[in-house]
Amino acid sequence: MNPSVTSPEMTTPRVEGHLPARLFTKQSQALIYNYKEAAVQRMLDFDNVSQRDTPSVAGLIHPGAEGGFYKAFFGFKELVIPVYNSIADACESCPNADVFLNFASHRSAYQSSVKALNQPSIRTVVIIAEGVPENEARALIALAKKNNKVIIGPATVGGIQAGAFKIGNTAGTIDNIMACKLYRSGSVGFVSKSGGLSNEMYNVLSKNTDGIYEGIAIGGDAFPGSTLTDHALRFEKLLEVKMIVILGELGGWDEYGIVEALKSGQITKPVCAWVSGTVARIFPTEVQFGHAGAKSGGETESAEAKNAALKGAGAIVPSSFEDFANVIADTYGKLVAAGSVKPVEEPNPPELPLDFKTAVKAGKVRKPTSIISTICDDRGEELTYNGVPISNICQEQYNVGDVIGLLWFKRQLPAYASKFIEMCLKLTADHGPCVSGAHNTIVAARAGKDLVSSLVSGLLTIGPRFGGAIDDSARVFKEAYDRKLSPEEFVEGMKAKGKRIPGIGHLIKSADDIDKRVVILKNYSKEHFSSSQYLDYALEVEKYTLQKANNLILNVDGCIGVLFLDLLHSCGLFKKEEIEEIVNVGYLNGFFIVGRSIGLIGHALDQKRMRQPLYRHPWEDVLYDV
Amino acid sequence: MARKKIREYTNLKEMVTAQPWLGNTKLVVKPDMLFGKRGKNNLVLLNANVEQADQFIKERMNKEVDISGKKGPVTHFIVEPFVPHTVEYYLSIVAKRDGNTISFSNVGGMEIEECWDHVKTLDIPYGEPIDAANLHELVDSNTSGREFIIQFIRNVYKIFEELSFHFIEMNPFTLDQDGKPFPLDMRGEVDECASFKCGSKWVVDGEPIQFPQPFGRALFPEETFVNDIDEKTGASLKLTILNPNGRIWPVIAGGGASVIYADTVADLGYGHELGSYGEYSGDPNEEDTHKYASTMLSLATRNPDGRPRALLIGGGIANFTDVAATFKGIIRAIKEYHEDILKANLHIFVRRGGPNYQSGLQHMREIGHKLHIPIKVFGPEINMTNIVSMAIQTIKV
Repeated sequence: MNPSVTSPEMTTPRVEGHLPARLFTKQSQALIYNYKEAAVQRMLDFDNVSQRDTPSVAGLIHPGAEGGFYKAFFGFKELVIPVYNSIADACESCPNADVFLNFASHRSAYQSSVKALNQPSIRTVVIIAEGVPENEARALIALAKKNNKVIIGPATVGGIQAGAFKIGNTAGTIDNIMACKLYRSGSVGFVSKSGGLSNEMYNVLSKNTDGIYEGIAIGGDAFPGSTLTDHALRFEKLLEVKMIVILGELGGWDEYGIVEALKSGQITKPVCAWVSGTVARIFPTEVQFGHAGAKSGGETESAEAKNAALKGAGAIVPSSFEDFANVIADTYGKLVAAGSVKPVEEPNPPELPLDFKTAVKAGKVRKPTSIISTICDDRGEELTYNGVPISNICQEQYNVGDVIGLLWFKRQLPAYASKFIEMCLKLTADHGPCVSGAHNTIVAARAGKDLVSSLVSGLLTIGPRFGGAIDDSARVFKEAYDRKLSPEEFVEGMKAKGKRIPGIGHLIKSADDIDKRVVILKNYSKEHFSSSQYLDYALEVEKYTLQKANNLILNVDGCIGVLFLDLLHSCGLFKKEEIEEIVNVGYLNGFFIVGRSIGLIGHALDQKRMRQPLYRHPWEDVLYDV
Repeated sequence: MARKKIREYTNLKEMVTAQPWLGNTKLVVKPDMLFGKRGKNNLVLLNANVEQADQFIKERMNKEVDISGKKGPVTHFIVEPFVPHTVEYYLSIVAKRDGNTISFSNVGGMEIEECWDHVKTLDIPYGEPIDAANLHELVDSNTSGREFIIQFIRNVYKIFEELSFHFIEMNPFTLDQDGKPFPLDMRGEVDECASFKCGSKWVVDGEPIQFPQPFGRALFPEETFVNDIDEKTGASLKLTILNPNGRIWPVIAGGGASVIYADTVADLGYGHELGSYGEYSGDPNEEDTHKYASTMLSLATRNPDGRPRALLIGGGIANFTDVAATFKGIIRAIKEYHEDILKANLHIFVRRGGPNYQSGLQHMREIGHKLHIPIKVFGPEINMTNIVSMAIQTIKV
């Protein structure tokens, strides 16, 4: 009962070379499914330095979206790229786009790739996702074969034809593209499993040869859509490719396809090859490498065996990865000496403007900000209000008054002050359906307007005559008290100027019919505030005005106004200038606005709940005096 | 099929109430773990009653065995009915790129490798139904129970496809009293990537399947920790500890590059000092990179002995991973392990390229300078693996 190993000879791939030699040109265009913004921009930036006439991105596909457009830069200009909601629509609208770049997740890459492989206009499908099930990968391979299409991936970054077409994020940022001269053709065909190493190798090749003609990362899975051998055979057929560089990896038998192709004479161009994973022999047990397909399986799958087989078939194999660059330089040198490689013309790639975000990250630009914010910060892992994380605010039972303290006054207010703010909100939350704000809200709601329109319609009535007198009363009482005016001087002074005293007087309430809200506020302040100088002064003023008329009482606005003055002065958290500023900027009407919003929303909902029809004011209630 | 997996072993006899067949059937007992050569190591009991089976398991449970140089305790047994038999067949199905290969032999059993020329194979192109295939070519006419076997192979093949197997092997299977195929031993591998599709069908005794570890080593807690992060994110984080006392510790970005770094350490003759194999890739966020780097630093700085050690923060030129962002996580870990790094005489070598690599490298230089940690920092101007020989020079001293 001894588990046995399947004979490796039987799994050596047959060398078929069924892929077309040329996959990309300088006119190739892609459709990008589930597009990633950075990838789109990087493709277009590559287009620009490669001096392409047309952008390489023809359209984007965002399944389920309504379509529309996406803006990206093509050099200095902004380009408007159409967004489609289905693969079929995109293919129909962009018949010239023959590359389908699929950024779908491993769960859905199969379905979208099947659709793409069935589109007549698509020739090449690139699958980025890592972790696509093997059976799905194999089904896609079978479909591609049947429909005569090419798959690159899954689990890849893609590939690049220097100076012509770049897939997605291949070759990284524009500085790397410039540094490796990927904006113009070289004469090396490069293929590997790993996307990260491809980019590394583009750098190595740019230093040791005239650079790549084309580079493909087939992806690290056990069953890649196209293989190292497939691409090596393509490179053999592409006239511009003068030498082939292959970076293989332990696991699987793909490299033996190249061995066969070399032996059978299907590949005649010089091949430099290295298979990584020689370390596996010193590992005490099976190790899961980073790539799913990299498994230290049977002996023939080992890096040593594959390197030896490649060498035996005539490939140029270094002694280690460190030596790879030397072997490549050497091979290239021989081609140059033999005259098979002509020196490349060096184009002058146009300068690409730095992306603003990139430049900021790199610390290369500065720009004055347009907006300043000092009360909260949403950039970190957790939202903070004036430095207090939102989780503390919820866990530690902060009340709404505390939150107002943080966001308006930028202070942690003492509990009695927060409670006072809450009390103001509660007392001002509503005052019946007949006041101007509620009336407006009701009329708007009955006109079929949405909640926010109805609310705002009511809020817009808040002003000097309705609910908006808190700030003004605080201002005038403060000034009068600070200037040590007697109540009489104050009231008569105002009268002489023809001004009403804000915070004094009520349409309905009077000295006989006292406003309960004012009583509650006064009682609370007496119990909790350490000073009541402004309230006391206002009450003296009230005594004086009541002599003139019974309804000239200190109303709720006035009461909140003066009590806030007392609170600000007595709590010890505010400097004199800060109090001046609070009163001048006008913080205090905010209490009425926030509080009354609660009631106005209630009225709007009430009207909608009661299915109230459009309100029309009755004729008989209007004096037509025409 | 009556079969019982023994996990937390108390007493087999007590299980008879729930599993009456144990008491009235002759039994086979063998380890259910990822190693072979069990018969040769006296780990298989045939034709036993429940008392004998119980005795056999008790004598061997949690005892260390040495299988071809790999040592470890036997922790899992399987108990199944003993099927007296005269014939032993071999069957395997292997998933390949273009299809599945079925291999069959009417000479199965322990010596299958020596009898490989008896094995017949048939390739079924991917997607073709097994019912359309002519299996008579595979099972020749002088095979007893031929039609039963062919039907059996079809059924196994369907399960192979339905459950996303990568590989399945029965060596051997036989025919029971009724002439029906009966597997005596089998093993298989499923494609883990298919778990979102097949996971609900991968069930043993009504519970989700537990994938066993390679024989000969238990997982280190650090490995379990990294596995857990790996499973939770779209990025990839891997760690296998090779030598906890090693003095070269790699923190390498990229599945491909990580193999090459490990190769280079071994090529230069320092494979025995390599603490681990691992990689991070797929643009992991700062938090996950921080956890990964912390794990590596905790391993690399353990039990200081004054001898120099090296941490390789390496990688190729990234395509899309934000180098500055991933380095932020690593730098945070370096700050937290500042004291340990100095105590362990750990030298850090950095080589990386890709998006925002300049600022990533600059931050590395600054943190080394600020904390007086010996750190050497390079970008694409040097070859990817150059830092390996630098590290070796340092630890040689």
